Amino acid sequence: MTDMTYSQGPDAQGMFGQFGGRYVAETLMPLILDLEREYTAAMKDQAFLDELAYFQRDYIGRPNPLYFAERLTEHFGGAKIYLKREELNHTGAHKINNCIGQILLAKRMGKTRIIAETGAGMHGVATATVAARFGLPCVIYMGTTDIDRQQANVFRMKLLGATVIPVTAGTGTLKDAMNEALRDWVTNVADTFYLIGTVAGPHPYPAMVRDFQAVIGREAKAQILEKEGRLPDSLIACVGGGSNAMGLFHEFVDDKDVAIIGVEAGGHGVNTSKHAASLNGGVPGVLHGNRTFLLQDDDGQITDAHSISAGLDYPGIGPEHAWLHDVKRVEYVPINDDEALEAFHATCRLEGIIPALESAHALAEAYKRAPTLPKDHIMIVCLSGRGDKDMQTVMSHLGDKL
Amino acid sequence: MSRLETRFAQLKQEGRAALVTYTTGGDPDYATSLAILKGLPKAGADVIELGMPFTDPMADGPAIQAAALRALKSGQTLAKTLNMVREFRQEESETPLVLMGYYNPIHRYGVERFLAEAKDAGVDGLIVVDLPPEHDAELCDPAQAVGIDFIRLTTPTTDNNRLPRVLNSSSGFVYYVSVAGVTGAGSATTEHIEHAVTRLRQFTQLPLCVGFGIRTPEQARVVAQLADGVVVGSALVDQIAKANSSAEAVEGVLSLCNSLAEAVRSARR
Repeated sequence: MTDMTYSQGPDAQGMFGQFGGRYVAETLMPLILDLEREYTAAMKDQAFLDELAYFQRDYIGRPNPLYFAERLTEHFGGAKIYLKREELNHTGAHKINNCIGQILLAKRMGKTRIIAETGAGMHGVATATVAARFGLPCVIYMGTTDIDRQQANVFRMKLLGATVIPVTAGTGTLKDAMNEALRDWVTNVADTFYLIGTVAGPHPYPAMVRDFQAVIGREAKAQILEKEGRLPDSLIACVGGGSNAMGLFHEFVDDKDVAIIGVEAGGHGVNTSKHAASLNGGVPGVLHGNRTFLLQDDDGQITDAHSISAGLDYPGIGPEHAWLHDVKRVEYVPINDDEALEAFHATCRLEGIIPALESAHALAEAYKRAPTLPKDHIMIVCLSGRGDKDMQTVMSHLGDKL
Repeated sequence: MSRLETRFAQLKQEGRAALVTYTTGGDPDYATSLAILKGLPKAGADVIELGMPFTDPMADGPAIQAAALRALKSGQTLAKTLNMVREFRQEESETPLVLMGYYNPIHRYGVERFLAEAKDAGVDGLIVVDLPPEHDAELCDPAQAVGIDFIRLTTPTTDNNRLPRVLNSSSGFVYYVSVAGVTGAGSATTEHIEHAVTRLRQFTQLPLCVGFGIRTPEQARVVAQLADGVVVGSALVDQIAKANSSAEAVEGVLSLCNSLAEAVRSARR
């Protein structure tokens, strides 16, 4: 299989190997088939692509820098650490890359109402932002547990004119918000566009969200070639659903000499019941429209995920990640809450950058590996979001230790 | 002939529609749920749908979500639901029983093992909400191969281009979801149902059962004049939710079932 490519998926049925697919209620099938048609047409339409490029540049602020983290590199004394600065995007995370793409598509399809789910609130904020920019009413579903730990983002969404609907079902986190968004969609089929925030859900969402996020990897590749004259040796990104990771990885998956590492939320440890590491602690199943690795019990009931970062607190993972794990192209490792917090601090103190707790998982893995690697090893870490939203969480963990 | 075929043929002769009931297996607990199940045929249920509870019922409204959570909390599993069917079949051999739910618990149980045990227990059909015809190879085809019907949902969004694809692999009966929405939500107009039944008739000879939003004997009577079957779920499940005891739950469900059956039987077609 020397000529195997990793970047061509999914197939016509939306499958990445045995993962992905369209496991949805019949009411939604015509809608996702329609979306697939429109998306395919849009990506071949120069006018659509030009408009997308315009908003990426003048609204999001792309390209964002690939920053050489000199102090971190010195501190760990090994690999050269570069940070892809997605946290400098408008709204402070990579989420907006996807939202701009999908709202342009919604507009093209004549949809007049936007719904979305959110965990940490970053996707909710990005969705509320583009909905405001394009003048469309917007409803965001958010679990009550997440609302409690992400008050600032809830307020931001409301400022932007969105309606935030608290979801009390289940554990009141991302998966419950997604269930509720699906229930809304199935009820409001005629006018509503469901703007999914990650590389999960039924086909074509995993491929579509990846494609809108792939700008991360395209920029990073051009930037590293300009700075270093060669490809990186390794890439590291955190994975909840996995959109920032797929965005960075996609451009590199066929570059066989680039090691790729996805970091799952290990919570209190993958050997405990409190983690969100679907690949390291789950088994294949079907949820939210796709087959992927899921945290579930022996009866096929979905179990609760746990992570210090609300954005990684999801019992599944995008199907393309499940496949890249299965074919061993990408290595997926867990990072625990305490390791992420430690990396959070190191990044604040050494680079003057406050990372999101999600991104801190990727940084923690980078800091683990860097000292063991030679000085000419080039590593790119996706700094997917900024940490301002996490002040409350970090404060409650630190107490008076600061 | 399968139990479903026999039952619908018999009702056709009687010139009336079927009352199809839904309750969730294990709601609020195994014993109460089994008592309800055993009482349904005498209370006038012609076809029984038994829900396989799942933590994430994406197509269900609050009533059936709550039912699933009650059942899971009381320890219901897929194995126990199958066992419930087995116990039901010990005394009832004519009323068709259809399991309804989501794919993941079956996926986890193992399709082959599940089908073998379901067949053995006396299950007649399956309704699996999140398996559209695009995924027929996974469960629909193997189920039909062992003689278990696979009942398709059709919806207001299933247009004429798509209908043949959805109906071709359907067997037993066809379930028309009369409103785009979750279970227990708003109800369709008589005109909508009439139009939908006429449209579906052009594509299939299978019995057409209409569900979603049918709560009262009055509504059931109207739908029974138009379709081959009337499905009632959330309204029955609500009887369990509001009951203060196991006996009250059984009594509540069966007495509503009785009134629904009376309405369906009096609506000559």
